[in-house]
Amino acid sequence: MIFDRIFFSRSKLRNVIYWTSLVFFLAQMVMVIFPVERFMFCRVDNLSRVSLLSIGLVAFVTVLSSRQIMKDDSKRRIFISLVLIAVIGMNAVSTTRDLFSLYVFMEIASIASFVLIALNKERDAFEGAFKYVLFSAIATVFMLSAIGLILLISGGTSFNSIRDGLRISSHNFLIYFALGVFLSGLFIKGGVAPFHGWVMDAYTAAPASVSIFLAGIATKATGVYTLVRFADSVFLLTAPIKSVLLFVSAVSIIMAAIAAFMQDDMKRMLSYSSVSQVGYIIMGLGCGTPLGITGAMFHFFNHAVFKSLLFINSASLESRAGTRNMSVLSGMGKKMPVTALTSLIAGFSTAGVPPMAGFWSKLIIITALWLSGYRVYAFIAALASILTLGYILKMQRRVFWSRPADKDIQVKGAGFNLVFAETLLAAIIVSVGIFLPFWLRVR
Amino acid sequence: MTRSLLRSAIGLASVSAALTIIMFRLRSPVAAVFELSVCSGFISVLFVTAISLTNPLTRSEIMERMKDRLNRFWYLPLIVAAAGLALSLMNVEIFLRLPPAEAERDVRNVLWNMRQLDLLGHIILLILGSFGVAVLFKKQRDK
Repeated sequence: MIFDRIFFSRSKLRNVIYWTSLVFFLAQMVMVIFPVERFMFCRVDNLSRVSLLSIGLVAFVTVLSSRQIMKDDSKRRIFISLVLIAVIGMNAVSTTRDLFSLYVFMEIASIASFVLIALNKERDAFEGAFKYVLFSAIATVFMLSAIGLILLISGGTSFNSIRDGLRISSHNFLIYFALGVFLSGLFIKGGVAPFHGWVMDAYTAAPASVSIFLAGIATKATGVYTLVRFADSVFLLTAPIKSVLLFVSAVSIIMAAIAAFMQDDMKRMLSYSSVSQVGYIIMGLGCGTPLGITGAMFHFFNHAVFKSLLFINSASLESRAGTRNMSVLSGMGKKMPVTALTSLIAGFSTAGVPPMAGFWSKLIIITALWLSGYRVYAFIAALASILTLGYILKMQRRVFWSRPADKDIQVKGAGFNLVFAETLLAAIIVSVGIFLPFWLRVR
Repeated sequence: MTRSLLRSAIGLASVSAALTIIMFRLRSPVAAVFELSVCSGFISVLFVTAISLTNPLTRSEIMERMKDRLNRFWYLPLIVAAAGLALSLMNVEIFLRLPPAEAERDVRNVLWNMRQLDLLGHIILLILGSFGVAVLFKKQRDK
């Protein structure tokens, strides 16, 4: 009682946690947009900036929308605390220049993620979390073994010492073996096909707010960003490594896009779509040229925005209509116009339709592939965009623009927080898409 | 020899701590710090979190599975022993040109000055592990 009077009551404490986290994420975005040299005691470069900006943005909209999605106050408080810890881990992954520290903070983000997945007390959630734990443990074994070998070859774990050590070392087989094992660990963490077994169950079984956070940024900031950072700072993208990256990405893009076509559950369809889009990021990286890496990081940011928006749309539908099954949902466009419109914008950005932001990142990746001589892969990337457009339009037609099957279902529009989050993300997609050529002065 | 998963995890953490001391004695402080932080810290958190997600077996189920495992994989220890014997007889030599060992020998310096960020990470990890297990166990109590 005295404590309550002096400090906060429980309900006020929940509000304090909610608002403090929002301010923290906003501050992160503002700090990153301005050209600061250091962030949280660490040096930041442009790669880190893109990652930190994406993390701040996705965490902001996740916490903002959680107020409407998670009705239970105490669960929401736990959720926000875990998101904050995961963000600390991901921020450190984005800024550190030491392989072992990177591993430690990656595991912080992973452990926070699997507690988040299991937060809902349901059997499916436990199953999804357990699958994530198992795959994460396999990735951990791979990465630790690789770190051990790299430490043996280079004598240190800082990126600089590893790069120098690998360059002068004569143990080519050991180097490639260690890098191969490390890449496999990162592929599992990033949910790239054929290592994507856990992604669908984890994203689908997790609570709606957790899915936004996981699909939007959590797995990308740990697995995919680390891959880009490692390729940029530690090892040279030699021909064998490029071939592996391009092949894995092409498999990921096509396989997941075809699988997305066959889904009835909206979240499951979006999960497959996420695996497919991660393939584009890896494909841009696989080019090995500065243009390709730029395209990869631009698509990393775009993916964070449009995938978060699509998962928020799915959460809005689930909270208002009570289902995510696309064969049951129909005619939602008239009942939830903002959700329908923003979903269309995010869907077009996913498929790379101009003038959305996703168009530019895909164009940069395909151009980089074409210019560096990988014309077959450029053709695959372009073709897969048509596949993506296909399943996005199928989803739009079934959920929003078809004739309502049951006219008696009364559905209100999504609440203010959800609408605000949807509008904010849609505005980012459209404004980046329209104004990018002017910012870059492209003629 | 224990049949409890939780005790096995704690046992593993203890063995890792002992291995850390051996590494310190062998003048390899960096490897020792890594061993301590990964096996005694992170892996234990991971195991305990995973165990908290599983449904514990009854004593009779454990005994039944142990017997089944023994019947199916009785040959594995023999293969390991034979492989070890064969390798020792073959006298295999691996030529690795390794960089010189880290000049730093002081454990305190490694722990508090060289690996500061990791130490912070492990503190967060332990808090997160406790928090996560508390959240998951609280759910079981609620049920």
